[in-house]
Amino acid sequence: MTDDTAIRTDDLEVTYTGNRDVTALDGVSVAFDENKLTAIIGPSGCGKSTLLKSLNRLHEIQPNAEIDGEVYLGDEAIYDTDEPLPEIRRRVGYVPQTPTALPLSIYNNVAYGAKIHGDYSRAELDDLVERYLRKVNLWDEVKDRLEDPGAELSTGQIQRLCLARSLAVEPEVLLCDEVTSALDPISAEQVEETLENLKEEYTIVMVTHSMDQAKRLADDVIFLYLGELVEASDTRSFFENPQHERTREFVKGHTAVDYDDEPSEEAATDEPPVASR
Amino acid sequence: MGTTETRSENSSRLDRRLLLERLSSYWLVGAGLFAVALFGLIVLTLVQRSLPVVAEHSLLEMVTSANWDPAADEFGFLPAIVGTIYVTALSMAMGTPIALLAAIYIAEYAEGRTKVLISSFIDLLAAIPSVIFGLVGLIVVVPFVGDYLAPAVGAHSIGLGIVTVSLVMAIIVTPFMISLSVESLEALPDELRESSLGVGATKWETIRTVLLRAAGPGIFSAILLGFGRVFGATIVPAMLIGGQTAIPESPFDAGQTLPTLIVNDFGELMSIPLTQSALILVGLMLLVIVWLFNFGAMLVRRRLQRRWQY
Repeated sequence: MTDDTAIRTDDLEVTYTGNRDVTALDGVSVAFDENKLTAIIGPSGCGKSTLLKSLNRLHEIQPNAEIDGEVYLGDEAIYDTDEPLPEIRRRVGYVPQTPTALPLSIYNNVAYGAKIHGDYSRAELDDLVERYLRKVNLWDEVKDRLEDPGAELSTGQIQRLCLARSLAVEPEVLLCDEVTSALDPISAEQVEETLENLKEEYTIVMVTHSMDQAKRLADDVIFLYLGELVEASDTRSFFENPQHERTREFVKGHTAVDYDDEPSEEAATDEPPVASR
Repeated sequence: MGTTETRSENSSRLDRRLLLERLSSYWLVGAGLFAVALFGLIVLTLVQRSLPVVAEHSLLEMVTSANWDPAADEFGFLPAIVGTIYVTALSMAMGTPIALLAAIYIAEYAEGRTKVLISSFIDLLAAIPSVIFGLVGLIVVVPFVGDYLAPAVGAHSIGLGIVTVSLVMAIIVTPFMISLSVESLEALPDELRESSLGVGATKWETIRTVLLRAAGPGIFSAILLGFGRVFGATIVPAMLIGGQTAIPESPFDAGQTLPTLIVNDFGELMSIPLTQSALILVGLMLLVIVWLFNFGAMLVRRRLQRRWQY
């Protein structure tokens, strides 16, 4: 842990109980640096989303989730704490994978959280809505139809609306769960641009399936495999010089273009792309 | 040679399949038309059979007259109309809030075994035939209303009456409305909950502002189906309303509803001219009101669906 750690996990273990207990996270300790974008990668079902949601206790809406270990937001434990859960979740925002408009107008989708947490005058709210819609590059597209239902926007616009909604409660950390995977390439690019701009002001933790996206956007990358943390490092060394065999295999199997654009010898072998599974 | 045979076999096989395809589409169109025809037949019969009484008495006169005395050629529907409105309004006023709260509890708060237990009991209740509720109502609700409830509010009641029917009807439709509302709430994607909780909303804020809106059109339909059941209810009102033909002065009075008017008088008063026609007119009125209501509900539902889409 360094001084600029925004949020970190300490020996985090999450189990979904049932007929057969499933351990989604098995003793993960990892730190996310302030004002950086960290990408969480790994094969499907490796616990990426669980790790993300455990950072603001959102996995708790699954009644069978059991957790052990701790998450520290700054110096503050978020599980063993007196701080009310809604306040923790305000400080650590979450944007789901599926672009989700709340059943409210565009305006109220952005103002939703702010209205809950503060007493704003109408003018202040107007101001806030505009500010955050501008921040996610959506203002010009929707400024004439703020009272329309949020769900009438395109999926790409809705995803940026979700970002605006999360940012409007001024979180310290923003969790993004594969926020571009449901989008067409152009919308995905717009969302990526937005994230690119946001990472200067916010600590962003992003789950992604796309190695290329991780390379383009992330400052740091962490690699999970079957609920365990395999590797965590800055993006460049992660892709150029992975320390673990598993990381190498995974990165190789999932990368269309080599990091430094040199043809890789290994990429030409007949090995199946996801041999690590 | 072999290939030619296969080919001709194949083509005759294809012919058979195509023939079946054509026939099946005819048959399905036929089935659809049959439903429409049946519908037309019902309306036509009701209209044709209610014409005699409409020819003698104006519709307005019958609807506004409180005097139901077929022997004296008096066909006033007003008491039955008032009774129907009373019963429907009271049952829905009692049942809807309870149904809504119970649905929210089951869908959003109850967990594990409690949830399974409660929802299976609700489903069980919804499956009980109304006549059994009528019997239990006679044994339990009638004395309760007559001996306790009415005196407690300073009214007089023989036990049978509008309040009694409304109580029992509320008990009948509530499980039904709960089941359907729970389904609407549970069908909502978890992302809605995560999005709302994720900006720091509490569970209750999430339910009130997000989930009830998103499930709104479905819950609205559930309430309307409940309404339709109370409005057209026959057996329970017939058992518990205490059949009297004057306009009820208080909800604790006995009375009648449009369906009970039909079932009580249809067999007995057939010999009196125009009675049959008048009762068929009552049936037609029930049908038309239910349609108008459903139509209005469809318009409202569409609006809600647009306004509260997610």
